[in-house]
Amino acid sequence: MNDMTPTREQREAKLEGMGCKRKRVEDIRFTQGKGNYVDDLKLPGMLHGDFVRSPHAHARVKSINGDEALKVPGVLAVITAETLKTVNLAWMPTLAGDVQMVLADGKVLFQNQEVAFVVATDRYAADDGINKVVVEYEPLPPLIDPFKAMDKDAPVLREDLAGKTTGAHGPRKHHNHIFEWTVGDKDLTDAAFRKADVTIKEMISYHRTHPSPLETCQCVCSFDKIKGELSIWGTFQAPHVIRTVVALIAKIPEHKIHVISPDIGGGFGNKVGAYPGYICAAVASIVTGKPVKWVEDRIENLTATSFARDYHMTTEIASTREGKVTGLRVHVLADHGAFDACADPSKWPAGFFNIVTGSYDFPTAHLSVDGIYTNKAPGGVAYRCSFRVTEAAYCIERGMDILAQKLGMDPAELRLKNFIKPEQFPYHSALGWEYDSGDYATAMRKMMESVDYAGLRKEQAEKRAAFKRGETREIMGLGVSFFTEIVGAGPSKNCDILGIAMFDSCEIRLHPTGAGIARVGTKSQGQGHETTWAQIIATEIGIPADDIMVEEGNTDTAPYGLGTYGSRSTPVAGAAIAMAARKIKAKAQMIAAYKLEVHEDDLEWDIDGFRVKGLPEKTMSMKDICWAAYNSVPPGMEPGLEAVSYYDPPNMTYPFGAYICVMNIDVDTGVYKIRRFYALDDCGTRINPMIIEGQVHGGLTEAFAIAMGQEIRYDDDGNVVTGSFMDFFMPTAVETPHWETDFTVTPSPHHPIGAKGVGESPNVGGVPAFSNAVNDAFSFLGSTHIQMPHDFWRNWKAAKNLGVFA
Amino acid sequence: MIPGPFSYHRPATVADAVKLLSTMGDEARPLAGGHSLVPMMKLRLATPEHLVDLHGIDGLKGIRRDGNTVVIGAMITLHQLLASDEIAKSLPILHETALLIADPQVRYRGTIGGNVANGDPGNDMPALMMTLGASYRLEGKSGARDVAASEFYQGAYFTALEPGELLTAISIPVPAAGHGYAYEKLKRKVGDYATAAAAVVLTMAGGKVATCKIGLTNLSETPLLAEDAAKAVIGTSLDAATLKKAAAAAVAIMAPAADARGPVEYRKHVGGIMVTRALQRAAGRVG
Amino acid sequence: MAKTHVTMKVNGAEVEGLVEPRTLLVHFIRENLGLTGTHIGCETTHCGACTVDIDGMSVKSCTMFAVQAQGSDITTIEGMANADGSLHALQEGFRMMHGLQCGFCTPGMIVRAQRLLKENPSPTEEEIRMGISGNICRCTGYQNIVRAIQYAAARINGVEFKEAAE
Repeated sequence: MNDMTPTREQREAKLEGMGCKRKRVEDIRFTQGKGNYVDDLKLPGMLHGDFVRSPHAHARVKSINGDEALKVPGVLAVITAETLKTVNLAWMPTLAGDVQMVLADGKVLFQNQEVAFVVATDRYAADDGINKVVVEYEPLPPLIDPFKAMDKDAPVLREDLAGKTTGAHGPRKHHNHIFEWTVGDKDLTDAAFRKADVTIKEMISYHRTHPSPLETCQCVCSFDKIKGELSIWGTFQAPHVIRTVVALIAKIPEHKIHVISPDIGGGFGNKVGAYPGYICAAVASIVTGKPVKWVEDRIENLTATSFARDYHMTTEIASTREGKVTGLRVHVLADHGAFDACADPSKWPAGFFNIVTGSYDFPTAHLSVDGIYTNKAPGGVAYRCSFRVTEAAYCIERGMDILAQKLGMDPAELRLKNFIKPEQFPYHSALGWEYDSGDYATAMRKMMESVDYAGLRKEQAEKRAAFKRGETREIMGLGVSFFTEIVGAGPSKNCDILGIAMFDSCEIRLHPTGAGIARVGTKSQGQGHETTWAQIIATEIGIPADDIMVEEGNTDTAPYGLGTYGSRSTPVAGAAIAMAARKIKAKAQMIAAYKLEVHEDDLEWDIDGFRVKGLPEKTMSMKDICWAAYNSVPPGMEPGLEAVSYYDPPNMTYPFGAYICVMNIDVDTGVYKIRRFYALDDCGTRINPMIIEGQVHGGLTEAFAIAMGQEIRYDDDGNVVTGSFMDFFMPTAVETPHWETDFTVTPSPHHPIGAKGVGESPNVGGVPAFSNAVNDAFSFLGSTHIQMPHDFWRNWKAAKNLGVFA
Repeated sequence: MIPGPFSYHRPATVADAVKLLSTMGDEARPLAGGHSLVPMMKLRLATPEHLVDLHGIDGLKGIRRDGNTVVIGAMITLHQLLASDEIAKSLPILHETALLIADPQVRYRGTIGGNVANGDPGNDMPALMMTLGASYRLEGKSGARDVAASEFYQGAYFTALEPGELLTAISIPVPAAGHGYAYEKLKRKVGDYATAAAAVVLTMAGGKVATCKIGLTNLSETPLLAEDAAKAVIGTSLDAATLKKAAAAAVAIMAPAADARGPVEYRKHVGGIMVTRALQRAAGRVG
Repeated sequence: MAKTHVTMKVNGAEVEGLVEPRTLLVHFIRENLGLTGTHIGCETTHCGACTVDIDGMSVKSCTMFAVQAQGSDITTIEGMANADGSLHALQEGFRMMHGLQCGFCTPGMIVRAQRLLKENPSPTEEEIRMGISGNICRCTGYQNIVRAIQYAAARINGVEFKEAAE
């Protein structure tokens, strides 16, 4: 060994493996304006498509006349439902088992619904064209209030479902009813409520909002008539699923469809589903024989392609006098808009809402969800959420605060009293999940100590006294939130999309010189997979992360995967990556044994290669093994060094966290000030702490926006009143609070590297923290629950309703 | 979101601009910063056949002191206002208000002329101009005329501008040395119009308010001067009862619309609070 | 519609093109010039993804017509690197401080931040937050963007960047 031999620390550092705050590979192109997003793509002869949309929320379409549009220079075609019927594509299936109009077929069911698709030589001509299409409507009474959807005399929205008493998820109770989903033991739960010392009941609404990534949904479709092949570049979070959907509905053989997701400008759930724009662009390309681009504008994005939430949750908790919870009963009215276009795993009409028992040891629980139609945009998608987990976390975290208030207990103490204990894991919840690991009390206490929870409560008590004495008009709230998430969909035993099990995949190929490529079935939209996936491989097989190129998003080259949403990438694809790497490592060990002339069992792994046990000088680096794999493998072994893994996770992962928000509210104006926000996350093994922190910052910012004002609101006629960035609350750097982050590490016992998901945790935990802060601020004035969003005027209204201005 | 087609004109003088606007009548629109007009054109809510870009007209630029008056060219941007020593010295309330309008990029392009002339009740400068007793120079084919800001606004997007007329400059009498001022604007976020806003300019003598003007933004179809509210504070030391009275008098003339910023009741309520706070802050600044 | 001939300087090079009067500057930059680093996010002048630098001003190029830029000197994200080809301190800062995720807002953010630092070389955190308030980011929550700009300011001023304690 000479002086030049790197130390163990240097060898570790060179890998930039798991745990390293590795700087992102992606940033080199993004910071120079060299990203490659869909709208950057320009193909020879490319045409542009644009939609004529409905001004009405509910109307019969009497006629569509495109004659004047076709006279506009550059306009080549006006596609309507009649055109689509000739190729059997006027309707398309949704991922939730419903069907959705691609273009208005007889009637429109929400404002800005797609009515006709104008194809032109450029986007200017297309826009000119849509303004010349004449559509005659006969307005019908709109149904906007979800609570009136199942009234006897409610308008019939979905005439296509007339007489269908059974939907994709069982019986339908009413013409505007989609499904009823029930979980849990009703009798046992009812009994718990009968026996309870204390119960609470509150209708907790989680308002309609929208993921609104900065890049809208868009695609370029190009049909090659000679080869019969369709290429689609699009903003797809799940490109392989899109390819399968297209194959199934367009009847083009799957191998003749090429779906490519290039760089994506944020997704947050908005880019999981299939939208009419994709179908129309594909049909337009088939009809015209030219590539067709469709790029939605911001108003279209906010008002047509998916929304999130719109859950109205009647929440009941039963408890002993001492604050031990004994039962949970929740009924949800789920507003899906005009079509059930949820992007949940097929068997889960309300996603994983049955995580609603949260972090608490409920002996029994019962949940029922009624999905209904209204004259609003179809959805709803999981906006930075693992399938209705945000709604569930909000429901239980508000519920626990309301219970604490009724019991006269501190909300943090109530939570500590009811946590699932470390020794109870794996824990079987009353609503059917098996929680993998957790140490809730440790996380909670760390949060309380970090912010001096007791001191804050003392300050709050003083402020409340001062308010009552008339010395201040400011009230103070502490919003505690302790969430348990369920991410990593998911095990084939209970998760599929259109029948495809929700595994994910990785293919690693190492080249002779010790560099390689990893292709993965997921698709980053900002999460930094090109950086972190290489870190997993670096640690597993000792090749520096810099020497691994990560590629995703091309269905021709990447192995089949279910995509990136629901914080599933690390739990599922992250595991596939580790497993593929381990297959390579196993082969590498055989090669090393052969080259070192020892038995495989005599070798042990050491950072970046193998060494002979007891003979630390006798080593073979992974780099050298790569060369040997192409040069001198053991007799009978195939040359090369590559592996594929399709990983079917045995269980979900259950990240958790303890958050607190400290807020002051001026009762005279309703203006709030976020004084402090502390977020402790436990996502198991941490692959890249820098990226985790970034994910938490971003998720908290979205939570802040949603809780404090971000809303898709309709007026009584069904007009969207928050349809642009003027009125849809999108905070800037000025409004956004400063974030404090912290962590504990409780690895997942079933995941190969112990990692759980994290991207959505801050949104899941953040929203209840903000809302609980507002509610906590007002509670001493006699308030129990104030609905979100907590924008200024609603805070003022709450103060007024509590008699503050009397 | 693509604007409809139009012809583009870039005159070099006010006379040429006025000639173009008068000749083409309703089919023409002047283009200043464009931050109100261009989005409307993209939505095809505005479809002018001719746009007369005012950026080439040097005569519309510049800030000058003319005796006891500051004259601001219509094409002065909010960014230039913020950079002006003359404004900072003579009209600090203009500086304070400009900083509360839109965002940095918009302030580089948005002009004071556009802000006061297009008649959008959400714009901040009109109420301020009424508070300051400003007048607008309007030039048309039959010559120039001056209209007081307080006479200019007739309804949402309706002003005293005749077809073919152009607002070319704003004259603002410099408030007395040592005056107190404040612009209080409640908004949901950077870039938003006011939920409610109030401008106050006052002077004091012997601890009592000597003169006072109060303007209100986005609390009616037009900017408002709260004259009764201003009267209520004259001769007082702005004690709590007076502030309450003034706020009530101001609220009495407010007629905002309900929108995503809040219901009418809320917007009027916070309108009163903006008045109170602006009065208090202005009084605190009297030097 | 008759087309107009326009000339301007973009990233130091003289360019020209034929445009309709209604052609938005952002489309001219992206489609005629092929400089696709400038993005379109909201189309209503709120998000700032389309920000370019024109004659010393940060401008949202979705709300300006290409004909209005006749004779202007424009810098886009593609022109941000230093003359020797090395990355601008802001480009480096955004990477070092994890000031971006999906990258869609990043060009507008960086172009805006360079003008901010030219006007105010040592801004406070509050001034930075105000200074980028015309740019929306959906991913980062801004905190690391603020740090990235602080990092760049320190680099440009030749002082050591002190990270706030974690």
